[in-house]
Amino acid sequence: MALDTYSTTIAVASIAVSGITIGIGVIGPAIGEGRAVATALSSLAQQPDASATITRTLFVGLAMIESLAIYCFVVSMILIFANPFWDRALT
Amino acid sequence: MRLSPDELIFWQYGFIKLNATIVYTWGLMLVMTVGSKTITSKLSTGLERSHWQNILEIIVTGILKQIEDVGLDQPKKYLGFLGTLFLLIAVANLCIIIPGYEPPTGSLSTTAALALCVFVAVPIFGIEEQGIVNYLKSYTEPTIIMLPFNIISEISRTLALAIRLFGNIMSGSMIVAILLTITPFIFPDLMIVLGLLVGMVQAYIFSILATVYIAAATRTSRSRRKTGV
Repeated sequence: MALDTYSTTIAVASIAVSGITIGIGVIGPAIGEGRAVATALSSLAQQPDASATITRTLFVGLAMIESLAIYCFVVSMILIFANPFWDRALT
Repeated sequence: MRLSPDELIFWQYGFIKLNATIVYTWGLMLVMTVGSKTITSKLSTGLERSHWQNILEIIVTGILKQIEDVGLDQPKKYLGFLGTLFLLIAVANLCIIIPGYEPPTGSLSTTAALALCVFVAVPIFGIEEQGIVNYLKSYTEPTIIMLPFNIISEISRTLALAIRLFGNIMSGSMIVAILLTITPFIFPDLMIVLGLLVGMVQAYIFSILATVYIAAATRTSRSRRKTGV
């Protein structure tokens, strides 16, 4: 019985925390990507000649920003599917 | 639900496992090597060219131009490494339209291996270009205080390369798997189409970031030499 409550607590905590992780962690990168794309669009409108450079820099920057959201996603996936505390709870 | 193709094991003998990642990676390598070997075995310099030669020439010149745009002066020297990275990741990601295939880039071991290749290749190219003393000195720029931060950034960007590619591709296949259980007919296909776009963009980003890192490692001393400082 004690084992059951222990593993249930871990399951509830990991599911809830993974949801919170992805929910809060995506806010910052979303704002950042929006600002980056908006600035890149206005500079594309001002200087269409430099579109190749702007687009490449935009992609690299977006990848950098997006990786923060990806970290949150990977952490939440680890919490749900590969939780390191499961083994301790089950043994 | 599988987190990565590592867990799909085709054949096992003792501790030797043959999982989906290895099988699909070697399959892709076989197809790409044999394909490019057969195409390049009958190259022509005249106006009569095969379609395949045209395709390969477009790909190679496109990659060369991208490398040159980032700021590497001799793109042909780096074409072997960067072009291989781009082509392997792009083909591995685009093959998700084949049923039953799982992208090997959705496994952390593949992406970590690719990122480690970049991690090793950047100092090699840097030392080759500017000598070992100058290269090591570039870690202490602008001041010696920045030394630990430069080393940390070197490691963390390798980690970021691996996790970024893994997370993007893994999330793509996971969304398809989740949607298959909810709305099994149309929406998974749409997500696969989106996955094609994401896979191409990720291949581009991975190789362009490797190019940027190599350019940063090879450029520092040349600009210093130019200004005479």
